[in-house]
Amino acid sequence: MAHAAIIDEHEHHGAPKGFVRRWLMSTNHKDIGTMYLIFSCTMFFIGGSFAMLIRGELFEPGMQLMQPYFFNELTTMHGLIMIFGAIMPAFVGLGNWLIPMMVGASDMALPRLNNWSFWLLPVAFIVLLSTFLLPSGAPAGGWTMYPPLTLQMGDTVAFLIFFVHIAGISSIMGAINIIATILNCRAPGMDLLKMPIFVWSWLITAFLLLAVMPVLAGAVTMMLTDKYFGTSFFNAAGGGDPVMYQHIFWFFGHPEVYIMILPAFGIISEIVPTFSRKPLFGYKAMVYALACIAFLSFMVWAHHMFTVGLPVGAELFFMYATMLIAVPTGVKVFNWVATMWGGSLSFETPMLFAIAFIILFTLGGFSGIMLALVPADFQYQDTYFVVAHFHYVLVTGSAFAIMGAVYYWLPKWSGHMYNERMGKWHFWLSVISVNVLYFPQHFLGLAGMPRRIPDYNVAFADFNMISSIGGFVFGAVQLVFVYNIIHCVFFAKEKATARVWEGARGLEWTLPSPAPHHSFTLPPVLDDSQLAHGEAD
Amino acid sequence: MKSGGIRRWTTAALGLATALCANAAWANPHAWQMSLTKGVTPSSHEVYFLFALSFWVCVGIGIVVYGIMIIAMFRFRKSRGAVPAKWHHNATLETVWTIIPVLILAGLAWPASTVLTKMANTSDSQMTIKVTGYQWLWRYDYIDYMGKPVHKVGFESRLAKSSNRARQLGSHYSPWNVVDKQTGYHDYLLNVDHPLVVPVGVKIRFLITGGDVIHSWWVPDLGWKMDAIPGIINAAWAKIDKPGIYRGQCTELCGKDHSAMPIVVKAIPRAQFNQWLTARENAATLNKISRTAKASPGKVQPAGGQG
Repeated sequence: MAHAAIIDEHEHHGAPKGFVRRWLMSTNHKDIGTMYLIFSCTMFFIGGSFAMLIRGELFEPGMQLMQPYFFNELTTMHGLIMIFGAIMPAFVGLGNWLIPMMVGASDMALPRLNNWSFWLLPVAFIVLLSTFLLPSGAPAGGWTMYPPLTLQMGDTVAFLIFFVHIAGISSIMGAINIIATILNCRAPGMDLLKMPIFVWSWLITAFLLLAVMPVLAGAVTMMLTDKYFGTSFFNAAGGGDPVMYQHIFWFFGHPEVYIMILPAFGIISEIVPTFSRKPLFGYKAMVYALACIAFLSFMVWAHHMFTVGLPVGAELFFMYATMLIAVPTGVKVFNWVATMWGGSLSFETPMLFAIAFIILFTLGGFSGIMLALVPADFQYQDTYFVVAHFHYVLVTGSAFAIMGAVYYWLPKWSGHMYNERMGKWHFWLSVISVNVLYFPQHFLGLAGMPRRIPDYNVAFADFNMISSIGGFVFGAVQLVFVYNIIHCVFFAKEKATARVWEGARGLEWTLPSPAPHHSFTLPPVLDDSQLAHGEAD
Repeated sequence: MKSGGIRRWTTAALGLATALCANAAWANPHAWQMSLTKGVTPSSHEVYFLFALSFWVCVGIGIVVYGIMIIAMFRFRKSRGAVPAKWHHNATLETVWTIIPVLILAGLAWPASTVLTKMANTSDSQMTIKVTGYQWLWRYDYIDYMGKPVHKVGFESRLAKSSNRARQLGSHYSPWNVVDKQTGYHDYLLNVDHPLVVPVGVKIRFLITGGDVIHSWWVPDLGWKMDAIPGIINAAWAKIDKPGIYRGQCTELCGKDHSAMPIVVKAIPRAQFNQWLTARENAATLNKISRTAKASPGKVQPAGGQG
């Protein structure tokens, strides 16, 4: 077996000593993965604190805490930070940690690029957060940065665009690295259709990133030249078209939505079989469904703009294409349920998060189907119904999958078991409070409350107060999560076994816990029965 | 998690049923409202039907999927001695659950397409009103009525003073005390100085555009919203069934006072509207000041809309 050799290797080439050499100059996929996850967690709390302020202002009608413009700064920054700072880096961190271990590689294919793509992120977010100190304030035109409104914001726009460029370069380099690793560094016998679903989900996500991040860069660059160099791409008075920005932005924006959910699908496809003690149902269908969703994501962008006055033909096309996405997504949900059916289920914290993901992500999918119907969308567009929809898919979807993943792989990373009791408290308090937070927002939207408003009619008061209370609890409960992680990594006594979970399958579980500094320095010998999805058929 | 899904859906369904019963009596947002308004136009009724149809289809799918999950979670627990099966593939099942959703979706897409086509057809309208969004007010210009051009009837519509006073940070006026005296409706942030006056039973074409940034014109009771975009003129239509005051808001982020540019549509019987329009046209012809003021959106013209 390769283990002896790996441990031997570990003793000779452990982690470099010294903070600067170990972290700042790191080329190790595990250390970089850890830094991505810590960064993501930090951003999750910064973006979350903005959300607390937002929910605080919305606690009751009337303005209590801030001026409306500052509220707009907060909603804009909350969106940018949660999307580019919390969700995306968390998945990159998980990908960094897990992909080399899952495909039987020693490290990522391009370790120095890996270092660069991580360290650009703190730079990008320092640029973004520094806008709060500018005389013109932080950007306040929404995370979608629509012109002409965003162009009114003063020089903060330049910072915003610079941020998008740096974060975009970071994402593109991360995507290149992941593609190179998956296509070149697999152990012998790890055929593409034997790879764990999580690796598949990241391969497809990486191609989406490569395809659309340059599009976003193009859109914001046009905005930059509109603002500073006299062009009129989006300026109607100069012969431009504000709607063209929206088309370009959402051509990036919709695949971006799947960039934030496909790796989550991958995670759930790893967790559910483990705790069902049964191979993943319909492995190939799962891979094809991922590819299909990714493909369709390029032709549904205009469903974000049903009310801009598109021709009827375009609205019909985008409605049908959007509804079609429900089919592969449905296949995934049905396959997860079929994986559980006939299994031998236990409900440790990762499984609880995975089950909550399936139920609540599906709930977000239901409101997605309702939103796809164009005439009905004329009523829902830009209301709290949409806010509820995308928070169900991003918080109880992506964020829950990330939390489940952290509980699932933390013993492998740290070599210690986390506190299961605390994990369950974290889960139950989160899942209750998150529904108190977001479910009433469906009602608010249907009753007529627009999104992105700091103040509202008294008719919306009751559900807003309930929602805010849920939000405060949900925010506070996440401290339990952080405490559990810190406790597990630094103070926990209980050692984790290599396998960690009885039903766990896949190469990462053949490595000792904690995983050695370099994963597989010798290619592992593949045993098909050890694959998470059983024998490929 | 076990029964959380079902409980949530039951609560939602019950809430919706209650809201549906109460709905007829309400036009504008009211406390504890959980559902979409049925509205007061043929289109808004059809949109409501699409909403209800898709909602109940989702409830149905939810009951089946969540139901199977919950059964699985009880039946196949390790703690109850469940032994895991080995199968991980079933071509028939996978085909079935690919085809059934396609059929369900086609069943939703069909009526949605029909309604959309009808809503997009602005032809044969009997009246045209131009709506322009500014930071942060709406301007309404009456273009034509019953085949004849309307002369110089246009005005700006701003947030009512009572709301504006109560919305200031640190103001001592409570939003709860902003009440419409005639109806008793709490109209905080949903009331304007000069509402848009329109006749009932007339197909009105709205031409919607923006003067500075993008806004969006939404009155839920009319059944749609339409973005007001500088450089682009969008068209939409409504035929209001019954007289009343219908309130809405700007629904595209447009800057600091995005929440403070409401829309109020006052629908009155046709005869009454004819009188109102004639009076406004005469006033415009007589009033030279208003004629010169018309071109500049910065000045407010008097509009006799409140009474």
